[in-house]
Amino acid sequence: MAEDANMLLELYERMITVRTFETVAGEYFAAGEIPGFIHLSIGQEASSVGVCSCLRPDDYVITNHRGHGHMIAKGADIKRMTAELFGKKTGYCKGKGGSMHIADFSIGILGANGVVAGGLPIIAGAGFSIKMRKTDQVAVCFFGDGAANRGTVHEVMNLASVWKLPIIFALENNQWASTTPQEKSSAVEEISCRAAGYNMPGVAVDGNDLFEVRNATLEAIERARSGKGPTLIENKTYRISGHFEGDPQKYRTQAEIAPWKEKNDPIRRLHDYLVTSGVLDEKMNLKIWEGAAAVLEDAVAFAKESPFPEPEEALEDLFVTQ
Amino acid sequence: MTERILSASAALAEALHEEMQRDETVFILGEDLTAHAGIFGQFEGLPENFPGRIIDTPISEAAIVGVGVGSALTDMRPIVDLHFSDFVTCCMDELVNQAAKIRYMFGGQVKLPLVVWCPDGAGIRAAAQHSQSLEAWFVHVPGLKVVVPSEPSDVKGLIKSAIRDDNPVMFFQNKSLFSKQGVVPEEDYLIPLGKAAVKRQGKDVTLICYGSGYYLCKEAADILAEQGIEAEIVDLRTLKPLDMDTVTVSIKKTGRAVTVHEACLTGGFGAELCARIQEQLFDHLKGPIKRVAARDVPMPFSPGMEDFCLPKVTDVVMAAHSIVSRK
Repeated sequence: MAEDANMLLELYERMITVRTFETVAGEYFAAGEIPGFIHLSIGQEASSVGVCSCLRPDDYVITNHRGHGHMIAKGADIKRMTAELFGKKTGYCKGKGGSMHIADFSIGILGANGVVAGGLPIIAGAGFSIKMRKTDQVAVCFFGDGAANRGTVHEVMNLASVWKLPIIFALENNQWASTTPQEKSSAVEEISCRAAGYNMPGVAVDGNDLFEVRNATLEAIERARSGKGPTLIENKTYRISGHFEGDPQKYRTQAEIAPWKEKNDPIRRLHDYLVTSGVLDEKMNLKIWEGAAAVLEDAVAFAKESPFPEPEEALEDLFVTQ
Repeated sequence: MTERILSASAALAEALHEEMQRDETVFILGEDLTAHAGIFGQFEGLPENFPGRIIDTPISEAAIVGVGVGSALTDMRPIVDLHFSDFVTCCMDELVNQAAKIRYMFGGQVKLPLVVWCPDGAGIRAAAQHSQSLEAWFVHVPGLKVVVPSEPSDVKGLIKSAIRDDNPVMFFQNKSLFSKQGVVPEEDYLIPLGKAAVKRQGKDVTLICYGSGYYLCKEAADILAEQGIEAEIVDLRTLKPLDMDTVTVSIKKTGRAVTVHEACLTGGFGAELCARIQEQLFDHLKGPIKRVAARDVPMPFSPGMEDFCLPKVTDVVMAAHSIVSRK
């Protein structure tokens, strides 16, 4: 086996933690306990965990509105994430951010971003800073097939390639930009082919296959750390969740979604591989799912017990006061 | 000791030299910076003295400001040159949704020491898309500081404070003032952001200004003095944070105010000043507050039309007269 069995089990567990986080968040949102709106990444766990598992703690990640999975995969604290979703004072952003604006600068998460493609220009800065400081960190930006059509993406990919910045453009093509299918919004089927226009490698992989995602990511990281510049990786996946929770999803059929929930589910695929390889049995499997459920149970309890911020705290944190 | 005279451009370059020497995380990023030391020559000496730290970019304003934001979040102190302030429109998301909000929406986890240097203003026949004064837009965005210096000494002291500030600062420097000369101290000094300067004492009327408006007020005050009216000049220097204390002291003394800026009238910063003064100082006012500003049209090209649209010294004089002579 190419990968160490224990490590694979750990990644499997992390994917299940992401799935459980998203599922539980969806339940509490439906119950009216999470304000605002949330965007879940169910079905995209091989991408988030696959990419982030290749990173060092000091590497940077910027994510998007569908960012819970990326954060968990990069090592974010689940209690503080949950508390933030609930709008509580103990959340990562003390209730000022919510689902779309979570960050943990202590572990290189430079933030989720509520503006589609909003993180891409910022990742250029993280990459440039790495270059100026002469470290061998890398910077990863997750974005979707919808974001790929923003004009800023062109500016950033060109600049990153001209300057050979240590960036991995992690495009998660989940086939739906909100309610618009990829074929109606992108002129190309494989968005990664656009990398040619920036003279950088562009690779499309099966984004529901943890191994493919990791292999592409490791190669891109090697390239970035050795000063050869950015790579565009297109993880082809599928958004099982609606665009947002509560999305009536009139734009697609259950028949379209079904295979992605079944044989193409990234967690199921890794599960089957691990069982076939003799690394995982059903007893262990059950224990992993139960463990993740317990983590979320604790996190929800923490969030619920935590106080809301005082309304006046809204006036804090705007500026660094010197 | 003789006082040293420098142009505003030279004051800027000197301040940048000092700050880049002092702190190796400071760098300058923008379009066409190294060939001519900035398109106005405003960075004279920097490309030679700090190779690799004054950097030419593609024409990609969103990416440029993004590089500023991302590097500010990761231990650098970037200065972004926007070429012409008018191009803020090409990177509004990065300025308004990102730079201004990142610290706040992430609960104060991080600092964002970014200076966005915006050469602005009219008077050089650059027409509608290269002549605007857009500072009021950014005053309206919580999370940004807004600095608009006038004299060379202000430029030096304020840019140094802006660079050392841990927050995003929009720094608007009027193109028509680059060549203005003034006394600039040689030493390393800072002018705090949020501190206005009373640049002329007077008892009859307060002229509240910033940027190029200061020079209109300076000339107007001389004319008014000949006519027996003593005008006090408050140069705000920073619009956000606003030094309302200095404004208050002056209005309490004079009871009259004229706001003067080069930006067009409607929705301009003068409107905010009027609102605050009447809210807080109504009982001290002897008459209405007057606003002097540019006409509400895009800046036209032809010299006669451009001059017509810009505020003039006589506008300030007439505005002051109209409230001082009021019974």
